[in-house]
Amino acid sequence: MAYICAMMIYIAYLAFRKSPIGVVATTITIAGLVSQTFAIILRWKEFADLSGMGFLRSAPMTNLYESLVFFVWCLILGYLIIEFKFKNRSFGAFVTPIAGLALAFIDLSGVSKDIQPLVPALKSNWLLAHVTMSFIAYAAFSLSFSTSLMYLILGTEKRNEPAYIFWTITFGLFAVLLISMGIDMLTFKAKVRPEIFIHNYLFRTSFLHPSAAVSVLSYIAAMGILLAAWRYGHLLKVVLTRFHVTLDMLDDITYRSIAVGFPIFTLGGLIFGAIWADQAWGVYWSWDPKETWSLITWFIYAFYLHGRLIRGWRGRRVAIVAVVGFMAVIFTYLGVNLLLSGLHSYGSK
Amino acid sequence: MEQGIKKTFVDRIWDFLASVKLAIVIFAFIALTSIIGTILEQKGDPGENLEILTRLFGESLAPGLYSISEKLGFMDMYHSWWFTGLLILFSVNLVICSIDRLPRIWKVIKEPAFPLPPERIRQFPIRREFILEGGTESVKDSIASSLKNARFHVSENKDEIGYSFTAQYGRYSRLGVFVTHFSILLILIGAVVGVRFGFKAHLNLPEGAVSDTAFSANGREVPFGFALRCDNFEVDFYGKSDMPKEYRSWLTILKDGKEVLRKAIAVNDPLSYEGITFYQSSYGIVPGGLGRGTFVFNSVSRDGKNSTVNARLGESFSLPGTGITARVVDFSPALRFDEHGHAVTYANQMSNPAALIQFSGDGINTFSGWVLKRHPETWQLSDGSRIEFIDYWGVEFTGLQVRKDPGVWIVYLGCIAMSIGLFIAFFMSHRRLWVRLIEEKNATRIIVGATANKNRAAFERKIDKIFAIHGTQREGGK
Repeated sequence: MAYICAMMIYIAYLAFRKSPIGVVATTITIAGLVSQTFAIILRWKEFADLSGMGFLRSAPMTNLYESLVFFVWCLILGYLIIEFKFKNRSFGAFVTPIAGLALAFIDLSGVSKDIQPLVPALKSNWLLAHVTMSFIAYAAFSLSFSTSLMYLILGTEKRNEPAYIFWTITFGLFAVLLISMGIDMLTFKAKVRPEIFIHNYLFRTSFLHPSAAVSVLSYIAAMGILLAAWRYGHLLKVVLTRFHVTLDMLDDITYRSIAVGFPIFTLGGLIFGAIWADQAWGVYWSWDPKETWSLITWFIYAFYLHGRLIRGWRGRRVAIVAVVGFMAVIFTYLGVNLLLSGLHSYGSK
Repeated sequence: MEQGIKKTFVDRIWDFLASVKLAIVIFAFIALTSIIGTILEQKGDPGENLEILTRLFGESLAPGLYSISEKLGFMDMYHSWWFTGLLILFSVNLVICSIDRLPRIWKVIKEPAFPLPPERIRQFPIRREFILEGGTESVKDSIASSLKNARFHVSENKDEIGYSFTAQYGRYSRLGVFVTHFSILLILIGAVVGVRFGFKAHLNLPEGAVSDTAFSANGREVPFGFALRCDNFEVDFYGKSDMPKEYRSWLTILKDGKEVLRKAIAVNDPLSYEGITFYQSSYGIVPGGLGRGTFVFNSVSRDGKNSTVNARLGESFSLPGTGITARVVDFSPALRFDEHGHAVTYANQMSNPAALIQFSGDGINTFSGWVLKRHPETWQLSDGSRIEFIDYWGVEFTGLQVRKDPGVWIVYLGCIAMSIGLFIAFFMSHRRLWVRLIEEKNATRIIVGATANKNRAAFERKIDKIFAIHGTQREGGK
């Protein structure tokens, strides 16, 4: 909850640009991180006591709820490191919303918060290494997403530039998806369990509404939001330029977080995952959707790195790639669990 | 003349195969086609895939799209010829671009950096300039030693302008990229070796049964070269729930009729013998086997004597030390009592095994009751003795994933190489430094210029730290 509060204060900071507000925002974020750390440790201990499997095997990262919480934790930690290193708080307004939205998603979607017993396949020491490292990488990628999006916001001038159109559409799409999902959740929340909800009820109140009028209306509203994002996107730029954020700095942070995230993702996500799969399922690579999507993500970030390091691309082009990469991350993490089926279906329950 | 044209043609192909552009196009292609592969169920049911297409593209387009994608191999695309081709092209690109770049990088590594004139040093991205008291000779040695202390590879030169140093650190880190590329190749080679010389198969082995073959996905029978026996299979549950906590198979390897190895396997804990590995993957009840197993009971008499009793369905047996004769008249793999108190079987797994036993004997009325394996409170008999339900053996099978993969070690080697390569490529940098010492009256002007191929800011801080020891009289700065 502290994060949602911090998110608002960061946005307020962005709007009014008074340094006391910034200090308050940072303090609240740190307080949030500390309390979350305690919460995670408590849950870990409770789980270890309950399962009697030993501490290492009982890492609280076994379902969607726990993994989202851990993701938020990594993200905030990573953000705080950047805030202290670069002495700039304006990133907070872009990072804390991701954290806040993840938490809001947990709350609204009614994802089960109970401690659940582990299925036999998850009982392994690899769980801790594989999942922790994947999420640290996800968090690094989301940082790069925020900074690259900021880069695009700051680095574009005219409304007919492809890069400008790209970021406003991305921004608008996120807004549309979140709003429509929010409406869905508020409508159906109490009635159904999350997995059924995702499969059957998503977008029922808007795009897939039984009545054609509502459905058409939602599409029109979505277009409206996209247009608005396109039309008024430069306002965000005006806000951002008031801070001493330089394009080089954003480009640099994007690169650095990817340079940290990519090796961790390769080692923890792909390699440890392959070794564990080899132990548990008897195949180190089986092209199941989760594996394939992480490979896709890996290729996109490899693309980013090659473009930047070998071809010497800077700025806008690679920022777009970084944004696309993060979309793949989101899909790998949530989309695959919720929409596609496969061996990796632990997270959807 | 013809020779020349031919050469440029070969050159052009080479350049094409070595280009980053091609790499990027391949990345994009693999990523995009893989997306399709995750949407359509691989090796799945045609009807289901047709439904997926219908949902995405509508009734009218789906059948056409289905036949197109089937012809293109999208239903099993990761094994299709063009996806394999894409992977081969990817490896070729990887090899050629590495070969193409290696000599250049090698030159940077091997060639000693030669001294540069002051005006060139002043043009470097990182530059510092300051004046130290004392003559060149004395300043020279202290600078050289502090560079060496910072683990730099230092060489000293002298020319008409004066003394100079060139120093570098981490030059071999430039090879990290090649290690990474090579590791990808290793992983692909390992995968090919695995597919070519190994197999993947499945085996459902009932308790007590012996098998020396398994069945691969396409129905082919794969011999092991030895035999495997399942001695027992057990499932543990979480508390009173039906959620399995752990399942184990007790396996024995038989070679030429002799037992050579015994091991209890579980999920995440396989058994390996002669290059073939058996993984616990599933379990179930042998079709039609429910009546044919053996009940294993532990009978505890009133005075505490234990004795194991085996029996089959319908057979009478006596419980030692009690004078009671028992007979199992019915069995349910998953017993539940419905709201009317009737016994019903609610699953076709051994979720809650229960035996209906009829007891008779001297001094007691004939009675019958359900004895449940997972509920010890049902084991108590009216005369104070107990019948413990240990197992109904020979009814369940264990589902084993059987794999032989001689390439897996190459893949692991590749994974290790990749971790090392990525670590080098991202966290180590090649740092080069040029230092000029110029004699001035009673002092020495020091000009420093430096480059690093990564993480320049950290190198800058390092340089400031190295030269801070020699005094603070700075000039120029950035």
